[in-house]
Amino acid sequence: MEITVNINGTDHTADVEPRKLLVDHIRTDARLTGTHIGCDTTSCGVCTVLVDGKPVKSCTMLAVQADGRNVTTVEGLKSADGLHPIQQAFSDEHGLQCGFCTPAMMLVGAALIDENPNPSDDEIRWAISGNLCRCTGYMNIVKSIQAAAAVASNGAAGADA
Amino acid sequence: MTDTTTTSPEIGGIGHSVKRAEDARLIEGQGNFVDDIAMPGMLYMALVRSPVAHARINSINTEAAAAVDGVVAVVTGELMDAHGLAWMPTLSGDTQAVLATDKVRYQGQEVAAVVATDPYIATDAAELVDVDYEMLDAITTPQQSLADGAELIRNEKEGQTDNLAYTWETGDAAATEAAFANADRVVSLTTHYPRSHPSPLETCGIVADVNSVTGQATLYMTSQAPHAHRTLFALVAGLPEQNIRIVSPDIGGGFGNKVPIYPGYVVATAASLLIGQPVKWVETRTGNLISTGFGRDYYMTGELALSNDGRIQAMRVDMLSDQGAFYADAQPTRYKAGLFHVCTGSYDFGNAHIKCRGAFTNKAPGGVAYRCSFRITEASFLIERLMQTAADELGIDPAELRMRNFIQPEQFPYETPTGFVYDSGDYPTALRKALDAAGYDELRAEQAASREQGKLMGIGIAHFTEAVGAGPAHTYDIAGLKMIDSAELRVHPTGKAVLKIGVKTQGQGHETTFAQIVAEETGIPASDIKVIHGDTDDTPYGLGTYASRSTPVGGAATAMVARKIADKARHIAAHLLEAAPEDIERDADKFFVAGSPDQSVSIQDAAFAAYTNLPEGMEYGLEDVTYYNPPNLTFPYGSYVVVVDVDPDTGVWKVRRMVALDDCGVRINPMIVEGQIHGGLTEGFAMSSMQWITFDDDGNCIGSNFMDYLIPTAWETPRFELLETVTPSPHHPIGAKGIGESATVGSPAAFVNAVVDAVAHLGVRNIDMPVLPDRVWEAIETANT
Repeated sequence: MEITVNINGTDHTADVEPRKLLVDHIRTDARLTGTHIGCDTTSCGVCTVLVDGKPVKSCTMLAVQADGRNVTTVEGLKSADGLHPIQQAFSDEHGLQCGFCTPAMMLVGAALIDENPNPSDDEIRWAISGNLCRCTGYMNIVKSIQAAAAVASNGAAGADA
Repeated sequence: MTDTTTTSPEIGGIGHSVKRAEDARLIEGQGNFVDDIAMPGMLYMALVRSPVAHARINSINTEAAAAVDGVVAVVTGELMDAHGLAWMPTLSGDTQAVLATDKVRYQGQEVAAVVATDPYIATDAAELVDVDYEMLDAITTPQQSLADGAELIRNEKEGQTDNLAYTWETGDAAATEAAFANADRVVSLTTHYPRSHPSPLETCGIVADVNSVTGQATLYMTSQAPHAHRTLFALVAGLPEQNIRIVSPDIGGGFGNKVPIYPGYVVATAASLLIGQPVKWVETRTGNLISTGFGRDYYMTGELALSNDGRIQAMRVDMLSDQGAFYADAQPTRYKAGLFHVCTGSYDFGNAHIKCRGAFTNKAPGGVAYRCSFRITEASFLIERLMQTAADELGIDPAELRMRNFIQPEQFPYETPTGFVYDSGDYPTALRKALDAAGYDELRAEQAASREQGKLMGIGIAHFTEAVGAGPAHTYDIAGLKMIDSAELRVHPTGKAVLKIGVKTQGQGHETTFAQIVAEETGIPASDIKVIHGDTDDTPYGLGTYASRSTPVGGAATAMVARKIADKARHIAAHLLEAAPEDIERDADKFFVAGSPDQSVSIQDAAFAAYTNLPEGMEYGLEDVTYYNPPNLTFPYGSYVVVVDVDPDTGVWKVRRMVALDDCGVRINPMIVEGQIHGGLTEGFAMSSMQWITFDDDGNCIGSNFMDYLIPTAWETPRFELLETVTPSPHHPIGAKGIGESATVGSPAAFVNAVVDAVAHLGVRNIDMPVLPDRVWEAIETANT
């Protein structure tokens, strides 16, 4: 089937098998390998991307279901202004070690901050509870998301003023 | 926090929380993991795995699979056997089937492989490989395995007449028996440290690219030990070692899981050689969980002989390990149960006797050092659970019992009854500091009061001593390769440097911390130093990263090579300053004549002169290499205090506080050290509370995916409070001891001790890991009846 998926602002048209997983489409057809595969059972969350702004585990969605929709992957976080605050925060707060879960964690964190600009420790932990990390013990991931939220809030306050 | 810095933040030497060099690519999705690699003409391999635990293979029919459009080859054990590759050696001197030819010996064992133009096709076709199995009884415990009349699992192994994998013992049996015979009290504990799996989020994989004309084999592999793997590939496959290049790119976590060589790597390499095209194999999660290196699975009975006032006189241990179908522990050759004999822990007593046996079962092989140094988690868990048992039995406070028995600071270096020589430590100070931070006395008062109200809260203590950084070459080797490590430092004319190391990061931050070591020793800013690792064509030899050996061995090599460079730079500076080399002093990044710091030569000036303006007779360039053979292991330690609340009606327990004091010697990058501790504590919590691999009576693996094998999320994981003391290792060039695994080693006993402490007044002495709510509930119910 021919599909067109907008990934990070660019339309990607491809002829895909109906059974092809969105994650495989992103990784092999669009060659965006920042989205990872970790478990095959929708448990680990390292394949998480944003579909129309909402976190989705891309191993559990078919590529054809993404036809005509907007997908954001880690490669789409950075803008002309530079790194997204969540990317800077993960580095500043040592929110990553091996980096395998990191793209998904950042996307979930960014989506959370969009919805809830001032999340509590518990709200962050709940939001990322579909995403496993084996390295960090989560404390610095929570700190990173909090730091990014603080930057986002300050930026918004600055814009208002 | 202890300030150990001697350099400015701009130089970023030891003690600075320098931001990580590796982050930039990883936060932008520009990492390069094995599965990210694509090559022209690349084929994809899927493995056919045994669905049963024990069966004879009558036949394998590959016709239907081979007929699928897009399938290029179907590889069986018969084909591998024709090339002498149906079996391969393990890291413990056993042999392991690459693709089964005679029998399958565990569920998930590799039986065949399909190579196709597309991964979906390879997976589909693998389902069509028709294997005729003749079922045999599955043996799922080491106790069954060693019972009379048990089916022989390793019938192919010459001279093997039973299911015993090994026996090993150490210590003074007679003196220990005498001490037990004369003891006031004997305390014992029988416990099972269950089978667990490291489960890095990236599974294992390879892109094998063998040029059929030149014989050059470039293997992009998830490898924690690329150099050792190169040598083993050369020995096993008979390939000339100069034609093998192993590249271990970004690794999505290792934790010991990526130390062994797995059949998938070997089959993909053979397939690439035979077909003449690159072959990619990336394991499924289920494949990873049911076939690759597990950790633990030790059945342990430990006993302490004590005086009435709680002084330990001797320790006796009987241990039986479940090895799975092949004895494949990744461990030093000399020791059959790793460094389990460090189980005398942090205490000063005269005699110990440790008896170990291992048994084959119909389970996956492994026994990897899962975030620990060769079976040290099991050892530490046993002694620290025994201390809790002894405290409960003798009615002595568990903190006080430890204080009475600690090796004292002035006793270091301290030789243990099983032959380790601990390098340094101040255990009483560490425990006191952790207890004070937790508010121990108040917690005990609260516990007494809450028990009166029928509430259950517990305070668990663990004080562990690790033995890491293997190792001195006289004692430690793996498959004959001495456990040294190396570093090569090249300083370019502009004063920028490249450091090449034999060890390999999997998230620990080597690209940052190893640059900091060079910055400390030379004055070259850490940000001017690129660290290269993981490519065997581009780095000096080393045994790899596991068992917390990177900083103790590779870090030491780095410090020593940087000192050689700094010394040459000092001689060049003397030439530039027209002074004698012995009169030259160094302050961070500058050399000057003693007494005249105003006139100085920077390290960058010296580097430029190394290629432009040298003293008579000196060789050009500023580069060197060091191979480091450590004089001893290092012995990090820590004191952990856990507070839990237990629901008496359900057995559910929650961690209220987790106070962790670690002493890993000098901390190179405090931010990274704390990150390592957070991760290690989480894995300790995981093993104590939920994470285990189990099997049904037929040998079916329960825990073959992340819905059945539970890994803690952010929601369950407790918050941690970290403390430190700094007791440098006296023999390490920069006094560092290693930190990657301490918290996984030390914390399980603290969590379990806390839950047991909560119900100890009911008479409960043990609850095996994982301490599931139903086990706690049952312990309470049993105690109440």
